[in-house]
Amino acid sequence: MAKYLLLKHYRGAPAPANDVPMDQWTQEEITAHVQYMRDFAERLEATGEYVDGQALAPEGTFVRYDGEGRPPVTDGPFAETKDLIAGWMVIDVDSYERAVELAGELSAAPGAGGRPIHEWLELRPFLAEPPTVTE
Amino acid sequence: MNEALLRSLTPSVIGVLVRRGADFAAAEDAVQDALVQAVRLWPSDPPRDAKGWLITVAWNRFLDATRADNARRRREDQVEPAPEPAPAVDDTLQLYFLCAHPSLTPSSAVALTLRAVGGLTTRQIAQAYLVPEATMAQRISRAKRTVSAVRLDQPGDVATVLRVLYLVFNEGYSGDVDLAAEAIRLVRQLADAIDHPEVAGLLALMLLHHARRAGRTAADGSLVPLAAQDRGRWDTGLIAEGVEVLQAALARDRLGEFQAQAAIAALHADALTADETDWVQIVEWYDELLRLTDSPVVRLNRAVAVGEADGARAGLAAVAGLESVPRYEAVAAYLHERDGDAALAARLYAEAARNASSLAEREYLVRQAARLNAG
Repeated sequence: MAKYLLLKHYRGAPAPANDVPMDQWTQEEITAHVQYMRDFAERLEATGEYVDGQALAPEGTFVRYDGEGRPPVTDGPFAETKDLIAGWMVIDVDSYERAVELAGELSAAPGAGGRPIHEWLELRPFLAEPPTVTE
Repeated sequence: MNEALLRSLTPSVIGVLVRRGADFAAAEDAVQDALVQAVRLWPSDPPRDAKGWLITVAWNRFLDATRADNARRRREDQVEPAPEPAPAVDDTLQLYFLCAHPSLTPSSAVALTLRAVGGLTTRQIAQAYLVPEATMAQRISRAKRTVSAVRLDQPGDVATVLRVLYLVFNEGYSGDVDLAAEAIRLVRQLADAIDHPEVAGLLALMLLHHARRAGRTAADGSLVPLAAQDRGRWDTGLIAEGVEVLQAALARDRLGEFQAQAAIAALHADALTADETDWVQIVEWYDELLRLTDSPVVRLNRAVAVGEADGARAGLAAVAGLESVPRYEAVAAYLHERDGDAALAARLYAEAARNASSLAEREYLVRQAARLNAG
Protein backbone atom coordinates (compact mmCIF):
# COMPACT_ATOMS: atom_id res chain seq x y z
CA MET A 1 0.00 0.00 0.00
CA ALA A 2 3.03 2.23 -0.16
CA LYS A 3 5.42 2.72 -3.03
CA TYR A 4 9.18 2.87 -2.63
CA LEU A 5 11.99 3.61 -5.03
CA LEU A 6 15.06 1.39 -4.78
CA LEU A 7 18.07 3.24 -6.16
CA LYS A 8 21.25 1.54 -7.24
CA HIS A 9 24.25 3.83 -7.52
CA TYR A 10 27.25 3.73 -9.88
CA ARG A 11 28.95 6.22 -7.59
CA GLY A 12 27.99 8.23 -4.55
CA ALA A 13 26.92 5.43 -2.24
CA PRO A 14 29.26 4.11 0.46
CA ALA A 15 31.58 1.37 -0.83
CA PRO A 16 30.10 -2.15 -0.80
CA ALA A 17 31.72 -4.81 1.38
CA ASN A 18 32.66 -6.98 -1.61
CA ASP A 19 34.14 -4.10 -3.60
CA VAL A 20 35.50 -5.54 -6.86
CA PRO A 21 34.51 -3.69 -10.09
CA MET A 22 32.28 -5.79 -12.33
CA ASP A 23 34.77 -5.74 -15.21
CA GLN A 24 37.09 -7.85 -13.07
CA TRP A 25 34.55 -10.57 -12.37
CA THR A 26 34.54 -13.92 -14.19
CA GLN A 27 31.89 -14.70 -16.82
CA GLU A 28 30.20 -17.06 -14.38
CA GLU A 29 30.11 -14.44 -11.65
CA ILE A 30 28.48 -11.92 -14.00
CA THR A 31 25.95 -14.51 -15.15
CA ALA A 32 25.09 -15.38 -11.55
CA HIS A 33 24.66 -11.70 -10.69
CA VAL A 34 22.42 -10.94 -13.66
CA GLN A 35 20.36 -14.04 -12.99
CA TYR A 36 19.90 -13.02 -9.34
CA MET A 37 18.58 -9.59 -10.32
CA ARG A 38 16.24 -11.14 -12.89
CA ASP A 39 14.93 -13.71 -10.39
CA PHE A 40 14.39 -10.98 -7.83
CA ALA A 41 12.26 -8.92 -10.22
CA GLU A 42 10.33 -11.98 -11.33
CA ARG A 43 9.56 -12.96 -7.76
CA LEU A 44 8.22 -9.48 -7.05
CA GLU A 45 6.08 -9.65 -10.17
CA ALA A 46 4.60 -12.89 -8.86
CA THR A 47 3.83 -11.42 -5.43
CA GLY A 48 2.15 -8.37 -6.97
CA GLU A 49 4.73 -6.02 -5.47
CA TYR A 50 6.52 -4.99 -8.67
CA VAL A 51 5.67 -1.66 -10.27
CA ASP A 52 8.54 -0.80 -12.61
CA GLY A 53 12.29 -0.88 -12.98
CA GLN A 54 14.95 0.29 -15.45
CA ALA A 55 18.70 0.46 -15.74
CA LEU A 56 20.31 3.83 -16.53
CA ALA A 57 23.41 4.60 -18.60
CA PRO A 58 26.40 5.82 -16.59
CA GLU A 59 26.73 8.99 -18.67
CA GLY A 60 24.51 11.99 -17.89
CA THR A 61 24.53 15.75 -18.17
CA PHE A 62 23.56 18.52 -15.78
CA VAL A 63 21.58 21.29 -17.52
CA ARG A 64 20.78 24.77 -16.22
CA TYR A 65 18.90 27.80 -17.58
CA ASP A 66 21.44 30.56 -18.21
CA GLY A 67 19.26 33.58 -18.94
CA GLU A 68 16.94 34.82 -21.70
CA GLY A 69 18.21 34.15 -25.22
CA ARG A 70 21.26 32.19 -24.09
CA PRO A 71 21.75 28.47 -24.59
CA PRO A 72 21.32 26.33 -21.49
CA VAL A 73 24.51 25.64 -19.58
CA THR A 74 25.64 22.04 -19.42
CA ASP A 75 28.50 20.67 -17.37
CA GLY A 76 29.08 17.55 -19.39
CA PRO A 77 29.53 14.15 -17.79
CA PHE A 78 29.28 14.08 -14.03
CA ALA A 79 32.39 14.88 -12.03
CA GLU A 80 33.89 11.98 -10.15
CA THR A 81 32.48 13.11 -6.80
CA LYS A 82 28.87 13.32 -7.92
CA ASP A 83 26.18 10.84 -7.10
CA LEU A 84 25.27 8.71 -10.09
CA ILE A 85 22.22 6.49 -10.35
CA ALA A 86 22.71 3.14 -12.10
CA GLY A 87 19.13 1.97 -12.10
CA TRP A 88 15.93 1.90 -10.17
CA MET A 89 13.06 -0.30 -9.23
CA VAL A 90 9.67 0.79 -7.92
CA ILE A 91 7.90 -1.56 -5.52
CA ASP A 92 4.46 -1.36 -3.94
CA VAL A 93 4.50 -3.08 -0.55
CA ASP A 94 2.44 -3.30 2.63
CA SER A 95 4.98 -1.77 4.99
CA TYR A 96 8.29 -0.01 5.40
CA GLU A 97 9.65 -3.19 6.99
CA ARG A 98 8.84 -5.16 3.83
CA ALA A 99 10.57 -2.52 1.68
CA VAL A 100 13.72 -2.76 3.84
CA GLU A 101 13.61 -6.55 3.64
CA LEU A 102 13.46 -6.46 -0.17
CA ALA A 103 16.23 -3.86 -0.43
CA GLY A 104 18.37 -6.11 1.75
CA GLU A 105 17.68 -9.04 -0.53
CA LEU A 106 18.62 -7.03 -3.61
CA SER A 107 21.82 -5.87 -1.92
CA ALA A 108 22.82 -9.51 -1.42
CA ALA A 109 23.22 -10.10 -5.19
CA PRO A 110 26.34 -12.20 -5.76
CA GLY A 111 29.51 -10.51 -6.99
CA ALA A 112 33.17 -11.46 -7.21
CA GLY A 113 33.87 -14.93 -5.80
CA GLY A 114 30.13 -15.63 -5.81
CA ARG A 115 29.84 -13.82 -2.48
CA PRO A 116 27.18 -11.14 -1.91
CA ILE A 117 28.26 -7.62 -2.90
CA HIS A 118 26.63 -6.04 0.17
CA GLU A 119 26.00 -3.04 -2.05
CA TRP A 120 24.37 0.04 -0.50
CA LEU A 121 20.95 0.71 -2.01
CA GLU A 122 18.99 3.85 -1.43
CA LEU A 123 15.38 3.36 -0.34
CA ARG A 124 13.05 6.34 -0.85
CA PRO A 125 9.31 6.45 -0.13
CA PHE A 126 7.05 8.04 -2.75
CA LEU A 127 5.06 11.04 -1.63
CA ALA A 128 1.44 9.96 -1.93
CA GLU A 129 -1.92 11.63 -2.20
CA PRO A 130 -3.06 12.94 1.16
CA PRO A 131 -5.31 10.37 2.83
CA THR A 132 -9.02 11.13 2.86
CA VAL A 133 -8.81 11.86 6.58
CA THR A 134 -6.19 14.19 7.95
CA GLU A 135 -7.92 16.24 10.63
CA MET B 1 -26.26 0.24 -18.78
CA ASN B 2 -26.43 0.30 -15.02
CA GLU B 3 -22.92 -0.37 -13.76
CA ALA B 4 -23.91 0.25 -10.15
CA LEU B 5 -26.57 -2.46 -10.36
CA LEU B 6 -24.10 -4.90 -11.91
CA ARG B 7 -21.55 -4.28 -9.19
CA SER B 8 -24.06 -4.58 -6.36
CA LEU B 9 -25.08 -8.02 -7.67
CA THR B 10 -21.52 -9.32 -7.86
CA PRO B 11 -21.03 -10.73 -4.34
CA SER B 12 -24.33 -12.61 -4.19
CA VAL B 13 -23.76 -14.14 -7.65
CA ILE B 14 -20.33 -15.39 -6.50
CA GLY B 15 -22.06 -16.76 -3.42
CA VAL B 16 -24.58 -18.71 -5.52
CA LEU B 17 -21.82 -20.35 -7.57
CA VAL B 18 -19.88 -21.31 -4.46
CA ARG B 19 -23.03 -22.72 -2.87
CA ARG B 20 -23.50 -24.87 -5.96
CA GLY B 21 -20.05 -26.34 -5.51
CA ALA B 22 -17.64 -24.08 -7.41
CA ASP B 23 -14.51 -23.19 -5.50
CA PHE B 24 -14.14 -19.50 -4.67
CA ALA B 25 -11.32 -18.69 -7.10
CA ALA B 26 -13.07 -20.29 -10.09
CA ALA B 27 -16.41 -18.73 -9.14
CA GLU B 28 -14.86 -15.28 -8.90
CA ASP B 29 -13.20 -15.67 -12.33
CA ALA B 30 -16.46 -16.85 -13.88
CA VAL B 31 -18.42 -13.92 -12.46
CA GLN B 32 -15.81 -11.45 -13.76
CA ASP B 33 -16.27 -12.97 -17.22
CA ALA B 34 -20.03 -12.67 -16.90
CA LEU B 35 -19.73 -9.00 -15.89
CA VAL B 36 -17.65 -8.28 -18.98
CA GLN B 37 -20.28 -10.04 -21.10
CA ALA B 38 -23.03 -8.01 -19.46
CA VAL B 39 -21.30 -4.72 -20.18
CA ARG B 40 -21.08 -5.77 -23.84
CA LEU B 41 -24.57 -7.22 -24.33
CA TRP B 42 -26.95 -5.42 -22.00
CA PRO B 43 -27.06 -1.99 -23.66
CA SER B 44 -28.67 -3.44 -26.79
CA ASP B 45 -30.39 -6.40 -25.16
CA PRO B 46 -31.24 -5.83 -21.50
CA PRO B 47 -32.21 -8.96 -19.57
CA ARG B 48 -35.58 -9.36 -17.82
CA ASP B 49 -33.89 -10.55 -14.64
CA ALA B 50 -30.39 -9.14 -14.22
CA LYS B 51 -29.34 -11.38 -11.37
CA GLY B 52 -30.72 -14.55 -12.98
CA TRP B 53 -28.90 -13.65 -16.20
CA LEU B 54 -25.60 -13.17 -14.38
CA ILE B 55 -25.98 -16.42 -12.45
CA THR B 56 -26.67 -18.42 -15.61
CA VAL B 57 -23.87 -16.91 -17.67
CA ALA B 58 -21.36 -17.13 -14.80
CA TRP B 59 -22.36 -20.74 -14.13
CA ASN B 60 -21.87 -21.59 -17.80
CA ARG B 61 -18.49 -19.88 -17.73
CA PHE B 62 -17.56 -21.93 -14.71
CA LEU B 63 -18.64 -25.15 -16.44
CA ASP B 64 -16.68 -24.05 -19.53
CA ALA B 65 -13.59 -23.76 -17.45
CA THR B 66 -14.04 -27.21 -15.97
CA ARG B 67 -15.41 -29.08 -19.02
CA ALA B 68 -14.34 -29.55 -22.58
CA ASP B 69 -17.52 -28.70 -24.52
CA ASN B 70 -16.84 -24.98 -24.68
CA ALA B 71 -18.26 -24.39 -28.12
CA ARG B 72 -21.79 -25.46 -27.26
CA ARG B 73 -21.83 -23.32 -24.13
CA ARG B 74 -20.68 -20.24 -25.99
CA ARG B 75 -23.48 -20.64 -28.53
CA GLU B 76 -25.97 -20.82 -25.70
CA ASP B 77 -24.62 -17.62 -24.18
CA GLN B 78 -25.60 -15.67 -27.29
CA VAL B 79 -29.29 -15.99 -26.45
CA GLU B 80 -30.73 -14.71 -23.21
CA PRO B 81 -30.85 -17.59 -20.75
CA ALA B 82 -34.00 -18.33 -18.82
CA PRO B 83 -33.84 -16.56 -15.46
CA GLU B 84 -33.07 -18.81 -12.57
CA PRO B 85 -35.11 -18.64 -9.38
CA ALA B 86 -33.62 -16.14 -6.93
CA PRO B 87 -31.73 -18.00 -4.19
CA ALA B 88 -33.14 -17.84 -0.69
CA VAL B 89 -29.79 -17.35 1.04
CA ASP B 90 -27.49 -14.40 0.44
CA ASP B 91 -23.80 -15.16 0.93
CA THR B 92 -22.64 -11.56 0.57
CA LEU B 93 -21.66 -11.31 4.21
CA GLN B 94 -19.49 -14.45 4.07
CA LEU B 95 -17.75 -12.98 1.04
CA TYR B 96 -16.76 -9.86 3.00
CA PHE B 97 -15.20 -12.09 5.68
CA LEU B 98 -13.38 -14.19 3.11
CA CYS B 99 -11.89 -11.19 1.27
CA ALA B 100 -10.64 -9.67 4.54
CA HIS B 101 -9.28 -12.97 5.82
CA PRO B 102 -6.43 -12.54 8.35
CA SER B 103 -4.14 -14.72 6.19
CA LEU B 104 -4.06 -11.96 3.54
CA THR B 105 -1.77 -8.93 3.58
CA PRO B 106 -3.63 -5.60 3.80
CA SER B 107 -3.04 -4.71 0.15
CA SER B 108 -4.21 -8.16 -1.01
CA ALA B 109 -7.33 -7.98 1.17
CA VAL B 110 -8.16 -4.55 -0.25
CA ALA B 111 -7.70 -5.71 -3.84
CA LEU B 112 -9.74 -8.89 -3.38
CA THR B 113 -12.55 -7.02 -1.61
CA LEU B 114 -12.79 -4.44 -4.38
CA ARG B 115 -13.02 -7.15 -7.01
CA ALA B 116 -15.13 -9.90 -5.43
CA VAL B 117 -17.37 -7.75 -3.24
CA GLY B 118 -17.16 -4.47 -5.15
CA GLY B 119 -17.36 -5.93 -8.65
CA LEU B 120 -14.58 -3.69 -9.96
CA THR B 121 -12.39 -4.93 -12.79
CA THR B 122 -8.69 -5.59 -12.25
CA ARG B 123 -7.94 -2.64 -14.54
CA GLN B 124 -10.04 -0.26 -12.45
CA ILE B 125 -8.37 -1.39 -9.21
CA ALA B 126 -4.89 -1.10 -10.75
CA GLN B 127 -5.66 2.44 -11.93
CA ALA B 128 -6.92 3.45 -8.50
CA TYR B 129 -3.72 2.24 -6.84
CA LEU B 130 -1.37 3.42 -9.60
CA VAL B 131 0.21 0.05 -10.27
CA PRO B 132 0.41 -1.90 -13.55
CA GLU B 133 -2.60 -4.08 -14.35
CA ALA B 134 -0.34 -7.17 -14.39
CA THR B 135 0.81 -6.39 -10.85
CA MET B 136 -2.76 -6.10 -9.62
CA ALA B 137 -3.76 -9.29 -11.46
CA GLN B 138 -0.96 -11.17 -9.68
CA ARG B 139 -1.93 -9.73 -6.33
CA ILE B 140 -5.55 -10.79 -6.79
CA SER B 141 -4.79 -14.29 -8.04
CA ARG B 142 -2.37 -14.90 -5.15
CA ALA B 143 -4.97 -13.64 -2.70
CA LYS B 144 -7.53 -16.03 -4.19
CA ARG B 145 -5.11 -18.94 -3.87
CA THR B 146 -4.42 -17.99 -0.25
CA VAL B 147 -8.08 -18.13 0.75
CA SER B 148 -9.08 -21.00 -1.55
CA ALA B 149 -9.07 -23.51 1.32
CA VAL B 150 -11.25 -21.30 3.52
CA ARG B 151 -14.85 -22.43 3.52
CA LEU B 152 -17.42 -19.78 2.74
CA ASP B 153 -19.73 -20.72 5.60
CA GLN B 154 -17.24 -20.09 8.38
CA PRO B 155 -18.02 -17.03 10.49
CA GLY B 156 -15.45 -14.26 10.16
CA ASP B 157 -14.17 -11.32 12.12
CA VAL B 158 -16.12 -8.08 11.61
CA ALA B 159 -13.24 -5.97 12.93
CA THR B 160 -10.95 -7.25 10.14
CA VAL B 161 -13.56 -6.44 7.50
CA LEU B 162 -14.00 -2.92 8.88
CA ARG B 163 -10.24 -2.32 8.87
CA VAL B 164 -10.02 -3.33 5.20
CA LEU B 165 -12.93 -1.06 4.23
CA TYR B 166 -11.39 1.84 6.14
CA LEU B 167 -8.14 1.27 4.22
CA VAL B 168 -10.08 1.54 0.97
CA PHE B 169 -11.71 4.76 2.15
CA ASN B 170 -8.45 6.37 3.21
CA GLU B 171 -6.55 5.86 -0.03
CA GLY B 172 -6.34 8.84 -2.29
CA TYR B 173 -8.18 8.35 -5.51
CA SER B 174 -7.12 8.24 -9.14
CA GLY B 175 -8.42 6.51 -12.23
CA ASP B 176 -12.16 6.38 -12.87
CA VAL B 177 -13.22 4.92 -9.52
CA ASP B 178 -13.70 7.07 -6.44
CA LEU B 179 -12.45 4.74 -3.71
CA ALA B 180 -13.98 6.77 -0.87
CA ALA B 181 -17.43 6.55 -2.49
CA GLU B 182 -16.85 2.87 -3.23
CA ALA B 183 -15.92 2.21 0.42
CA ILE B 184 -19.11 3.94 1.55
CA ARG B 185 -21.17 1.82 -0.85
CA LEU B 186 -19.57 -1.37 0.49
CA VAL B 187 -20.11 -0.38 4.14
CA ARG B 188 -23.76 0.47 3.38
CA GLN B 189 -24.17 -2.97 1.80
CA LEU B 190 -22.46 -4.56 4.83
CA ALA B 191 -24.74 -2.63 7.21
CA ASP B 192 -27.73 -4.11 5.37
CA ALA B 193 -26.36 -7.62 5.86
CA ILE B 194 -25.26 -7.41 9.48
CA ASP B 195 -26.55 -5.69 12.59
CA HIS B 196 -23.45 -4.39 14.39
CA PRO B 197 -22.91 -0.99 16.07
CA GLU B 198 -19.34 -0.64 14.80
CA VAL B 199 -20.44 -1.20 11.19
CA ALA B 200 -22.84 1.70 11.73
CA GLY B 201 -20.03 3.63 13.45
CA LEU B 202 -17.72 3.21 10.46
CA LEU B 203 -20.51 4.17 8.05
CA ALA B 204 -21.21 7.33 10.07
CA LEU B 205 -17.50 8.17 10.21
CA MET B 206 -17.09 7.78 6.44
CA LEU B 207 -20.21 9.84 5.69
CA LEU B 208 -19.08 12.66 7.99
CA HIS B 209 -15.56 12.77 6.53
CA HIS B 210 -16.82 12.46 2.97
CA ALA B 211 -19.24 15.32 3.56
CA ARG B 212 -16.29 17.66 4.10
CA ARG B 213 -14.31 16.55 1.07
CA ALA B 214 -15.16 19.48 -1.21
CA GLY B 215 -13.93 21.89 1.48
CA ARG B 216 -10.64 20.11 2.12
CA THR B 217 -8.82 21.27 -0.99
CA ALA B 218 -8.59 24.65 -2.70
CA ALA B 219 -9.05 25.09 -6.45
CA ASP B 220 -5.27 24.75 -6.95
CA GLY B 221 -5.22 21.40 -5.11
CA SER B 222 -3.64 22.72 -1.91
CA LEU B 223 -4.86 21.48 1.49
CA VAL B 224 -7.22 23.65 3.50
CA PRO B 225 -7.06 23.02 7.26
CA LEU B 226 -10.31 22.32 9.07
CA ALA B 227 -10.53 25.73 10.74
CA ALA B 228 -10.18 27.56 7.40
CA GLN B 229 -12.59 25.41 5.39
CA ASP B 230 -15.60 27.03 3.73
CA ARG B 231 -18.36 25.26 5.62
CA GLY B 232 -20.81 26.20 2.88
CA ARG B 233 -19.09 23.58 0.71
CA TRP B 234 -19.77 20.77 3.15
CA ASP B 235 -22.51 18.34 2.13
CA THR B 236 -25.24 18.90 4.73
CA GLY B 237 -27.26 15.91 3.49
CA LEU B 238 -24.38 13.52 4.16
CA ILE B 239 -23.73 15.16 7.55
CA ALA B 240 -27.37 14.73 8.59
CA GLU B 241 -27.31 11.10 7.51
CA GLY B 242 -24.00 10.47 9.30
CA VAL B 243 -25.30 11.98 12.54
CA GLU B 244 -28.49 9.94 12.33
CA VAL B 245 -26.61 6.66 11.74
CA LEU B 246 -24.25 7.53 14.60
CA GLN B 247 -27.01 8.34 17.08
CA ALA B 248 -28.77 5.05 16.36
CA ALA B 249 -25.47 3.21 16.93
CA LEU B 250 -24.61 5.06 20.15
CA ALA B 251 -28.09 4.37 21.52
CA ARG B 252 -27.21 0.68 21.64
CA ASP B 253 -24.56 1.33 24.26
CA ARG B 254 -21.83 -0.80 22.70
CA LEU B 255 -19.19 1.81 22.08
CA GLY B 256 -16.27 1.07 19.75
CA GLU B 257 -13.49 3.13 18.23
CA PHE B 258 -15.29 3.92 14.97
CA GLN B 259 -18.31 5.26 16.85
CA ALA B 260 -16.04 7.40 19.04
CA GLN B 261 -14.20 8.77 16.00
CA ALA B 262 -17.51 9.44 14.29
CA ALA B 263 -18.69 11.33 17.37
CA ILE B 264 -15.64 13.61 17.10
CA ALA B 265 -16.26 14.12 13.38
CA ALA B 266 -19.92 14.91 14.13
CA LEU B 267 -18.95 17.61 16.65
CA HIS B 268 -16.75 19.25 13.99
CA ALA B 269 -19.52 19.00 11.42
CA ASP B 270 -22.06 20.45 13.85
CA ALA B 271 -20.21 23.75 14.37
CA LEU B 272 -21.44 26.55 12.10
CA THR B 273 -18.03 28.24 12.38
CA ALA B 274 -14.67 26.88 13.56
CA ASP B 275 -14.93 29.08 16.68
CA GLU B 276 -18.16 27.41 17.71
CA THR B 277 -16.53 23.97 17.86
CA ASP B 278 -17.31 22.23 21.16
CA TRP B 279 -13.69 21.38 22.02
CA VAL B 280 -14.49 20.36 25.59
CA GLN B 281 -16.79 17.61 24.39
CA ILE B 282 -14.28 16.62 21.70
CA VAL B 283 -11.63 16.11 24.42
CA GLU B 284 -14.09 13.88 26.29
CA TRP B 285 -14.57 11.73 23.19
CA TYR B 286 -10.80 11.50 22.73
CA ASP B 287 -10.61 10.23 26.32
CA GLU B 288 -13.13 7.51 25.40
CA LEU B 289 -11.13 6.70 22.28
CA LEU B 290 -7.92 6.43 24.32
CA ARG B 291 -9.66 4.08 26.71
CA LEU B 292 -10.60 1.89 23.72
CA THR B 293 -7.32 1.96 21.79
CA ASP B 294 -4.53 3.53 23.86
CA SER B 295 -2.89 4.58 20.58
CA PRO B 296 -0.16 7.26 20.50
CA VAL B 297 -1.75 8.70 17.35
CA VAL B 298 -4.99 9.24 19.27
CA ARG B 299 -2.97 10.81 22.10
CA LEU B 300 -1.45 13.27 19.62
CA ASN B 301 -4.85 14.18 18.16
CA ARG B 302 -6.20 14.58 21.66
CA ALA B 303 -3.41 17.07 22.41
CA VAL B 304 -4.68 19.30 19.59
CA ALA B 305 -8.16 19.27 21.11
CA VAL B 306 -6.76 19.94 24.59
CA GLY B 307 -4.84 22.90 23.15
CA GLU B 308 -8.11 24.33 21.82
CA ALA B 309 -10.14 23.58 24.94
CA ASP B 310 -7.65 24.55 27.66
CA GLY B 311 -5.02 26.66 25.90
CA ALA B 312 -1.71 26.04 24.13
CA ARG B 313 0.21 25.33 27.35
CA ALA B 314 -2.12 22.46 28.26
CA GLY B 315 -1.80 21.15 24.68
CA LEU B 316 2.00 21.25 24.91
CA ALA B 317 1.87 19.33 28.18
CA ALA B 318 -0.27 16.72 26.43
CA VAL B 319 2.18 16.17 23.54
CA ALA B 320 5.11 15.50 25.89
CA GLY B 321 6.65 12.13 25.16
CA LEU B 322 5.06 11.72 21.71
CA GLU B 323 8.12 12.79 19.65
CA SER B 324 8.24 9.54 17.67
CA VAL B 325 4.63 9.70 16.43
CA PRO B 326 4.04 10.77 12.79
CA ARG B 327 2.89 14.42 12.54
CA TYR B 328 4.25 15.19 16.02
CA GLU B 329 6.27 18.15 14.65
CA ALA B 330 3.24 19.64 12.90
CA VAL B 331 1.15 19.50 16.08
CA ALA B 332 3.97 20.84 18.27
CA ALA B 333 4.62 23.64 15.75
CA TYR B 334 0.96 24.67 15.83
CA LEU B 335 0.86 24.69 19.65
CA HIS B 336 4.15 26.60 20.00
CA GLU B 337 2.94 29.24 17.56
CA ARG B 338 -0.22 29.72 19.59
CA ASP B 339 1.94 29.89 22.68
CA GLY B 340 3.87 32.80 21.11
CA ASP B 341 7.15 31.10 20.15
CA ALA B 342 7.21 31.79 16.40
CA ALA B 343 10.88 30.89 15.90
CA LEU B 344 10.52 27.42 17.42
CA ALA B 345 7.22 26.93 15.57
CA ALA B 346 8.88 27.78 12.23
CA ARG B 347 11.66 25.29 12.87
CA LEU B 348 9.18 22.57 13.77
CA TYR B 349 7.01 23.31 10.72
CA ALA B 350 10.07 22.97 8.47
CA GLU B 351 10.93 19.66 10.10
CA ALA B 352 7.33 18.49 9.76
CA ALA B 353 7.47 19.37 6.04
CA ARG B 354 10.55 17.17 5.59
CA ASN B 355 8.73 14.27 7.25
CA ALA B 356 5.43 14.73 5.39
CA SER B 357 4.12 11.70 3.52
CA SER B 358 2.17 13.54 0.85
CA LEU B 359 3.04 16.36 -1.52
CA ALA B 360 0.02 18.49 -0.57
CA GLU B 361 0.84 18.15 3.11
CA ARG B 362 4.49 19.04 2.54
CA GLU B 363 3.56 22.17 0.61
CA TYR B 364 1.10 23.22 3.30
CA LEU B 365 3.66 22.78 6.10
CA VAL B 366 6.51 24.47 4.25
CA ARG B 367 4.20 27.46 3.65
CA GLN B 368 3.49 27.63 7.38
CA ALA B 369 7.23 27.72 8.11
CA ALA B 370 7.79 30.36 5.40
CA ARG B 371 4.94 32.50 6.76
CA LEU B 372 6.51 32.55 10.24
CA ASN B 373 10.03 33.12 8.92
CA ALA B 374 8.84 36.12 6.88
CA GLY B 375 6.95 37.56 9.87
